[in-house]
This record gives sequence, C-alpha cells and structure tokens, in this order.
Amino acid sequence: MQRSSSLSPALTLGQRIIRRRLIGRALLLVIATLAALRLVQGLIESPTLFLQQIVNGIQLGFVYALIALGYTMVYGIVRLINFAHGDVFMVGAFVSFFAVSRYRLHLWLANLVPDLSPDIALLIGSITVILLSMAVCALLAVTIERIAYKPLRNAPRISALITAIGVSFFLEYFGALPFVFSPNFITNERPFPVVTWYINNGIHQLVPGETVPSGSVTFSNIAVIIVVSSLFLLLLLQFIVQRTKIGKAMRAVAYDKATARLMGINVDGIISITFAIGAALAGAAGVLYAIAFTQVFFAMGILPGLKAFVAAVLGGIGSIPGALVGALIMGQAEVLSAGYISTPMRDAIAFTILILVLLVRPTGIFGETEREKA
Amino acid sequence: MKSRFVLSLLLVMAVLLTACQPAAAPATQAPATQASATQAPATQPTTEPAPATGGTLKIAILAPLSGGQPTFGISTRDGALLAIEEWNAKGGVLGMKIEAVVEDSQCEADPAVNAANKVVDQDKVHYIVGEVCSKASIPISEIATEKGILQISPTSTNVQVTKKVDGSTKPTVFRACFIDPFQGTVGAKFAVDNLKAKTAFVLFDQGNDYVRGLAEAFEESFTKLGGQVVGKETYTSQDTDFSAILAKVAEAKPDMIYLPDYYPIVNLVGAQAKEKGITVPMVGGDGWDSAELDVKAAENGYYTNHYSEQDTRPEVQDWVKNYGAKYSGAVPDALATLAYDATNLMLTAINSAGVDDPLAVAKALEGIKFDAVSGNITYDADHNPIKSAVIIQVKDGKKSWVATVSP
Repeated sequence: MQRSSSLSPALTLGQRIIRRRLIGRALLLVIATLAALRLVQGLIESPTLFLQQIVNGIQLGFVYALIALGYTMVYGIVRLINFAHGDVFMVGAFVSFFAVSRYRLHLWLANLVPDLSPDIALLIGSITVILLSMAVCALLAVTIERIAYKPLRNAPRISALITAIGVSFFLEYFGALPFVFSPNFITNERPFPVVTWYINNGIHQLVPGETVPSGSVTFSNIAVIIVVSSLFLLLLLQFIVQRTKIGKAMRAVAYDKATARLMGINVDGIISITFAIGAALAGAAGVLYAIAFTQVFFAMGILPGLKAFVAAVLGGIGSIPGALVGALIMGQAEVLSAGYISTPMRDAIAFTILILVLLVRPTGIFGETEREKA
Repeated sequence: MKSRFVLSLLLVMAVLLTACQPAAAPATQAPATQASATQAPATQPTTEPAPATGGTLKIAILAPLSGGQPTFGISTRDGALLAIEEWNAKGGVLGMKIEAVVEDSQCEADPAVNAANKVVDQDKVHYIVGEVCSKASIPISEIATEKGILQISPTSTNVQVTKKVDGSTKPTVFRACFIDPFQGTVGAKFAVDNLKAKTAFVLFDQGNDYVRGLAEAFEESFTKLGGQVVGKETYTSQDTDFSAILAKVAEAKPDMIYLPDYYPIVNLVGAQAKEKGITVPMVGGDGWDSAELDVKAAENGYYTNHYSEQDTRPEVQDWVKNYGAKYSGAVPDALATLAYDATNLMLTAINSAGVDDPLAVAKALEGIKFDAVSGNITYDADHNPIKSAVIIQVKDGKKSWVATVSP
C-alpha cells in the first residue's frame, strides 16, 4: 500500500526534485554562470592572456587524454578501475629519464650515422625513447594483470579495486627505494632544446634571452610535440579498436565476455592486449610529461593519474572519444581556474566540475546509459 | 587525493624511521641509562661559578652524528672542534683549558634530551653548542632554560628555539644563524640596491611556513625600500604545471620574480619560465641551496644564503684555509662555518664576561659585537643575530658568490 503510493503519479515536490536531479542542475547552472562571467571579464581585460591560458590548457589536456584512455579502455573491458595506471605512467617517465639523461639513448642514430642531419637523427632517437617507454610499460601492465588481477576476475569487484590500490602503492614505494628510482626529485634532461614561438602579427621564433613583446601568445615546440603525438596515438587507437580484428574482438569482449568466448575469442589474451595498449599510452604520456615538466619522482603519477581518471569519468568511462573530451575539459578547467579564480583551488575546482557533471549526467558526457563499450 | 598523499608520506616516514631505529637504538640507550642514574644527585642547579683560573672548562657539542643527516653532524662537530683547538692554542679561556664533550643527538627530540641531560648532569657542562635541527634544539633549549645552561644553536632557524611558548625570550638560549624570514628582508635589499628592481612578482606556497615567511618579509621590505609588488600568486607543493601563473607574470612584466621555495619547485618554475620567454631574474632563499638545483632552469637567478666559501672577506678566506689544513683539504660547508662561529661566539662571550657563569655570559652575548666568518653578529631582543647574508648567483651553470648584504 505504502509502496504503491510512492509510485503514484502525485509525486511530492521533494521526490520530483530528486527524480529530475534539479539540485545538481541548479548548482551547475549557478556555478557555470559565475565561472562564465569571470572568464568573460578576463577575456575583456586581456584577450591575449586569455588565449595564452587556453593554449596552456590544451597542452595539459592532451597529456591527461593519453592517461585517461588507459583507464577507460580497461574499465570498458574488465570493469576494473585500474588505480595502478598512474604509477605505470610514472614508470614511463622514469624510463624516459634513464634512457635520455643516463644512457643518452636518444643520440643512438646520431652516433651511429654521423652524416645524417642532426634534426632527423634526434627525431628518430626521441621516437625510439617513446617506443621503449611504451614497450616497458606494456610489459609491466601485462605482468601486473597476470599476477594481480587475473586471479580475481570472478571475485567481487571491490576485491580487484583494492588490489589495484595495493599495486599502486607497491609501484610507488618500490620506486622510492634508493636503488630503484630513489625518493628524491630528479631533474630530467630534455632530449632536444626548447624552441619558443610567439604570435604577434605572424609567428616569430623567440631568440634565447629575448623578452616577448607584450600582447603576444607564446607556445613551445614541446606543446606542439605533445599535441601532435597525442593526436597521432589517439587516431591510431581509434583505428585499432574500430578497424582491426583485435579491435573487433576487444569490442566483443567488452559487450559480453561469455558469448565472446563461445565465439572462439581468446578472452584472456584480449584482456592482456587491452592492458598493454592502455599502459603503452600511459608510457608515452610519461615521456611527454617528463619532457614538458623536466622533473621525475616516485609519486609523480598520483595526481595526474587521479585527474586523468576524473577526465575518463567526466567523458563517460568506457568511451574513447569521451576520454579525450573529458581530458581537454579538465586541462582547461585547471588552467583557467588557476588563471582566473585561484591557483591553490585549481584541483578543488576541477573535482567540483566532476561532481556537478555527474549529478546531472551520472554516466558522463559520452556515457551510455545501458552499458559501456571499449 | 590529498589524504592519500599524506598517507603515502606517513608510510615513507614510517619506513624510514624503522630503517633508522636499529642503528640508532644502541647509541641512545647507553647515555639514557647513565643520565637517569646520575639524575638524582644532580637535582640542584649546576650554576655555581667556578674559579677563574686553572682547571678545565667544558663545552658540549650536540650534533646528529648518526641517523638521517650524519653529514650535518660531522660538519658541525668538525667546525666546533677547530674553534676550540684554536682557542686552546692561544691559551684557552679565563686561564682554563677548553675540553669538548661530543654527544650524538641524532637530530631527534628524544636522543637530544638524553644527550643534553647526560652532558649537564654527568659531565657538569655549563655551555652547549647545538643542535643542528630545530626539532632537537627546542627540547634542549627547555633543559638549558630550566637548568641555567647557556646554549647556542648554530643552525636551528625555528623561532621557538629562543622563544618560550608565552612569547618571552629564553634567557640563556641563542642562535648563530639568522631566522628564515630575515632572508626575505636581505633579498629585498639586494633586489633594490644591486638589481635596481622597481617592480617584483612574488610566487609562494601558501601551505609552507618557511616559504610564506620569506615571501611576507620580502614584500614588506621591498615596499618599504620603494619597490612595488605588481603581483602575488600562490600555488601548492604538488603543482607541476605553472603555465597559468607564468602567463600572468609575463603579462605583468616585473623587473624580477621572488620565489623563495625549495629547489624542486624552483627547477619546475625556472624551466617553464625560460620556455615562456620570461627573462627577468628570479631571487630566492637558501631552499635553493642544493646539488639538485637545476642550474639550467635557475640560470640568471640569485639566492640568499648563510655563507659562501667564495666570499672575499679575510675572515672567510682564513677560515677556508685553516679548515682545509686541519681536515685534509675539505671545503667547509655552512654547517661547519656556523658551528665554528657559534663556538667562537660562546668563548668570546665567556672571555668578556670574565667569569664561568652562564647567566653572566648570556648578558655578555646580548651586548656582543662579533666579527664572525658568516658575518658581523649583534643580537636582537629575541636572541636572533642581526648579521649579513651572502648572495649567490647562478650563472653559466655555476653557483658563485656575488655579494654580502647587511640588513
């Protein structure tokens, strides 16, 4: 009797508010309006500064996108939030540090063929470093998956989640040991020098020591490299998932594991490949991050990992375009809140956006209400 | 996220502590039992003045010789011992030979208390040079205040070392180094006088007392000296991307940036500022002073420090020569220098007081004017020295002394 009354068409006002997520919508509207007003004010005050902040946000967003893809792919297939993913990213950054700063691997072609143009040799050398880091991270992730996650595949999801947190801590503090990565902040050398350009009546290259004329927007070769290589890897991933046999199998496993196995798909193999691809992207992100921020240390994966996870949830976890869009939003949210609201609050603001978006769309921007696919 | 990071830090510290414990335990156990055994007979204050001629005068050196920072302690001990040796070569103090009592206080509160009790109760020492770390110096200063022992900490910068909780000054506790915010004052003076800066942009970590203290002192002095702080931005210690802040710096076009943080942040901000074509000099504090400072990122930067062996003053050059002669060519670091200064300060004050009485020596210290290696020292009402600081410039990948600035 009571039960049927609560389902009756005559809903109370409170129930109606909950059902239509009115509180979330109202809050989102208020905060979005306030933020928009502040941004418009900033835009009017100094359009170039605003543009500069947008450019800064794009660079950050693309790094997050590469990490977010790993979260989203693994979640799409095995429904596991792989909290160790941020630490795989950290390992990728350290591979880059050892390859470039310690063993100078980026110069291998220049040393081997001295006649080659140094730019091309350096380019190929840098790509080698990225590939090496991707390979190491892929191997690491497959090992983690086989040892820590596979035995728990039929256990409750919370067990796998806690294991993932355990693996994350293990990687961090194993890395902090003095004979592994050491607990210190380590300066990472860039494989190539920074070149900065500024846009002010055309694009000019900045001579070192020169001051940028006012009213210009600057960007560096590092930003270009991050955006270009991220876009390339994203398109490659999209191609693998949509156009290849492996991608087809991945989508099948994501859709229905049991049926996929009945169709002759090697489910365990596909899951390993998914982990490997996700980790390889994190490895590439680690190299790009270490190049952009020139510092590596054992806990560097925690915060970027969490933000990338938020980006994946924001975009709709399980959706590849969603991860990209979510990451770009996160990048902009962070830089714009640091630029126009408050720097110490930047993370709080970024995470508030997550809560508000989820209040309105619990499955994220690109999330499907029924079930997610890789 | 934050709590997870804090938790991680706690875990690291727990691991480190357990790692340190076995080595540290035997060392502390012995003095602790001895101290407690001798505690009973020595309850009355041990400040009865000794005769001014003959006998020996004991000075305790409390330094972390084991534990996390053994190099700090070894430098401190070596600097202090050299000062005592030089005084003994000149005939000691008040006609007495000076005897050093060295104890390992491990840069931790408990071993420091044990070591202080041991030297005061068992060795009947009236004068303590030490400790290096504030967290060890503060408990020692409580004992020194209670028992009327004169203490000079060479390097502890925490305000609480010389100040009681109620804000009054501990009568017999001094330090030989300047306190942290003082570097902001010197940094501002250097910026105005030497860099001819008229506008500055201040970047600081709101959550770090050291950084905030320096930033506030800088802003106050810089404004007082006629400069203008055109922008202030805060960040958190976990930030790695400073592009948003630096875009604002570029927009504000200051003559200089004041960034008094530790080297990991300086490395990040410096590299990103160079990338954005920001060429104005950065100025910081002794948090920059590390072998891990990225000299490429900090190029054209300046930082304040306690001492530089490249300082051209004769006191410094003599000291570097004597230290090298004694310790097989080693170059004295700031810790050795400040320990040497602290010991010299103490012996000079004993000499001018003319009596082996810590209270009289404390009075003499309050009015002292002393030419130390690390600068000319006089004391303010809080027993903090008013002295010069050195400015180190990072140029062409090298860190070199450029000036010594008095407040």
